[in-house]
Amino acid sequence: MKKRNPFTLFGFLLIMLLVVSACSSNTSSDDADAGNDNAEATEDNDSDKTLVFGRGSDSITLDAAIPTDGESIYVTNQIYDTLVRYETENTEVKPALATDWEVSDDNLEWTFQLRNDVTFHDGNDFTAEDVVFNFERWTTSSEFFYYGYMFGATEDNMKGIIDKVEATDDYEVKITLSEPNAPFLQTLAMPPFGIASPEAVEESGDDYFKNPVGTGPFVFEEWIPDDSITVSKNEDYFGEVAKVDQVVFRVIPDNGARFMELQAGSIDLMNGLNPQDIQTAESDEDLQIIRRPSMNVAYMALNTDKEGPMSEKLVRQAINLAIDKEQLITLYEGIGKAAVNPIPPSLWGYNDEIKDYDYDVDEAKKLLAEAGYADGFDITLYTFANPRDYMPQPKVTAQAIQEMLKEVNINVEIVENDWDSHLTATENAEHDMAFLGWTGDNGDPDNFFYVLLDKDNTKVGSAGNVAFYKSDAVHDLFKDAQMEMDQDKRTEYYMEAQEIIHDDAPWVPIAHTTPPLAGKKGITDYLPHPTGSEPFNLVEIE
Amino acid sequence: MLKYIIRRLLMLVPVLIGVSILTFSLIHLIPGDPARSMLGEKATEAQLELLRADLGLNDPYIVQYGRFLGDILQGDLGQSIQSKENIAYEIMHKLPATIELTIFAMIVAIIIGIVAGVIAAVKQYSWFDNISMTGALFGVSLPIFWLGLMMIWIFSVKFNVLPPSGRITAGTGLQTITNFYLLDSILTLDWQAFKDVFLHLLMPGVALGTIPMAIIARMTRSSMLEVMRQDYIRTADAKGLKKHLIVFQHALKNAFLPVLTVIGLQFGLLLGGAVLTETIFSWPGVGRYVYLAVLSRDYPIVQSTILIIAIIFVLINLVTDILYKYFDPRIRYD
Repeated sequence: MKKRNPFTLFGFLLIMLLVVSACSSNTSSDDADAGNDNAEATEDNDSDKTLVFGRGSDSITLDAAIPTDGESIYVTNQIYDTLVRYETENTEVKPALATDWEVSDDNLEWTFQLRNDVTFHDGNDFTAEDVVFNFERWTTSSEFFYYGYMFGATEDNMKGIIDKVEATDDYEVKITLSEPNAPFLQTLAMPPFGIASPEAVEESGDDYFKNPVGTGPFVFEEWIPDDSITVSKNEDYFGEVAKVDQVVFRVIPDNGARFMELQAGSIDLMNGLNPQDIQTAESDEDLQIIRRPSMNVAYMALNTDKEGPMSEKLVRQAINLAIDKEQLITLYEGIGKAAVNPIPPSLWGYNDEIKDYDYDVDEAKKLLAEAGYADGFDITLYTFANPRDYMPQPKVTAQAIQEMLKEVNINVEIVENDWDSHLTATENAEHDMAFLGWTGDNGDPDNFFYVLLDKDNTKVGSAGNVAFYKSDAVHDLFKDAQMEMDQDKRTEYYMEAQEIIHDDAPWVPIAHTTPPLAGKKGITDYLPHPTGSEPFNLVEIE
Repeated sequence: MLKYIIRRLLMLVPVLIGVSILTFSLIHLIPGDPARSMLGEKATEAQLELLRADLGLNDPYIVQYGRFLGDILQGDLGQSIQSKENIAYEIMHKLPATIELTIFAMIVAIIIGIVAGVIAAVKQYSWFDNISMTGALFGVSLPIFWLGLMMIWIFSVKFNVLPPSGRITAGTGLQTITNFYLLDSILTLDWQAFKDVFLHLLMPGVALGTIPMAIIARMTRSSMLEVMRQDYIRTADAKGLKKHLIVFQHALKNAFLPVLTVIGLQFGLLLGGAVLTETIFSWPGVGRYVYLAVLSRDYPIVQSTILIIAIIFVLINLVTDILYKYFDPRIRYD
């Protein structure tokens, strides 16, 4: 009698739990091998083949021309086509919206022949005028970042090096440059130069970013912010029509939780795997690991501009000698390869004759003594808090380097910041040494070298070259390579530049990573592209 | 009473001005800026400058603050710098998600917390008391991300009985009206969706409710213990009143005031502080929204959303204060 009341409540709770578990066990018995709610729902939509891709964050915008974040580009790459596209497995270019092209003798006029059988997802025909419209649109605002970035737009000249874009015929476009640009074609293949439907852009106005219309292999369907983006197969695609009916990009912020969803079967494919989960996935007979070819580099920049030890070449070489790269690579848990040069070996122009600095503590001590620092010194190492694609464990890596440099009497103070603060601090040259990395944009060596190591990019406050490395010899080689169209000649320039850089040692190159994706066994022909994203039209799912 | 409420609502004004100044200063104090975070490490200085000028970030702080305040006064919460999305629109979607989760978590916490607390107090030093209070201690100390991942592992991966994350299964086709999905599914009589949404709520709700549950249980127990020793309880007992009447009618009502305070505070805390739960369970709520906005220095989102959360926080406290009067009629507000 005394206990009746509380027990009524408990009873109520118990019943609720029972009801719930009854509901859920119903679900799994209804559908023996789907087992899970999400899978069940996809089965419900008749026999649609849906590929669910799990990732850590949402897209910011679906307007192809705006985003700089990988997650936005991942999706825009499905919706839009560019004039030329990358080959499926490397960064050479192949026809897409343009079938053919030629360049004038002075390397300034590019004429593209366009396909005449393409329609936008909104039903409008694709013509040369649409290309002109898009190029003009990209020059109207600073938010079209990649246009400005790749073509050198400034406040006074929003067009950058692209003088004129004209429709010379219904299906012919002529682009006139103000100076030769060697990587031009490779740049045009970048997803930010996807061609949008002019009518859709004008109709949607400010809301275009969430109502994207292109010509790509998938048509945009729905975007539930912070939850999912759905695209469906474009039946009329001029290229290979997608083998799946739908792709759902789901946001699952936590890496561990995302992997569990893959194990539970509610997603088919995911990126951003915790290194410790790779082993689990490899030993799971229902899962597979797919590695993305490397197009990145992680490095430790040595601030050559800072007065004191870092400005001495001997000291920088000594630091290179004192670091045991093989040990650092173990921190990548199987997803990294030791770096020797600033560009990954997968890029043309890579100098494989250069031999990395050996791990040699005695030699390092000798060089330090020669430079007058036999007793060592104190320096800072700036690092960022959260893992990035090219560096899964920044903090531990920093601590390992701290230990290694202690051997040669260099006392390292680690300064850890969040990513934004880290960028600001390093651009402002606050550091002696700093971790950074780079993922290539267009697969051209210029996109690594010029940005990261040219003296043009050493302005304090906005430097891309955070080693503040100012070599005139290297600068001249980079500039020559930018003006030269012949790839063999360009390769020679880059080879030579890499030797000078190796000797000057403005960096300790650390690693190139092959970011792993994990997926169900039944997924075939998913070919991750070195640039970081790829259209899903070739993917098949059982 | 009405006068009191009006007075309290008027007090909102200085509070909100304070909150807005504090938020504005704090977010602008952290290094980095939205232009940088939009364009990434690849931007040139010229591009950054151009974008900063376009975004009005070069204006003096006082001008920027004034512009923000002016917009707010006209009911305009502004636009996200990054995505250009209307903040009011985003909040309309994300706040209901968080409130729904919070209410669910609080219901779980209140029911279990109070029941456990009352029994523990009535049966002081019994096995139930020991176990539930040790359990509560665990509850307060459990890291939520660990608890969350464990729950997903057990209920989704191992036994496959609950959906691992999200608010609703894609393709359920629920027609949204209020964006409180549970409510929407009731309004549209969509029982399939109701079940789906309810199942999605269970794990994050329980995970989020664990800490408040433990706090409420401990608070209820100690408060009950104090009241149960009062003379009037002994009198009631001597009079031969039934035990459950004594406990629930006489003791609990009086012991409830401190518990109510805790409930009110916890409720407010969960609204903005569910970031971890929202992250683990991919819950598209307002906590994560603000968290991501801080990371990307999306000033307007941070400023406007925190202001809205502050308003709700103040209102919850007001409701708590009004409820005091119900539990203790001696309290007079006029």
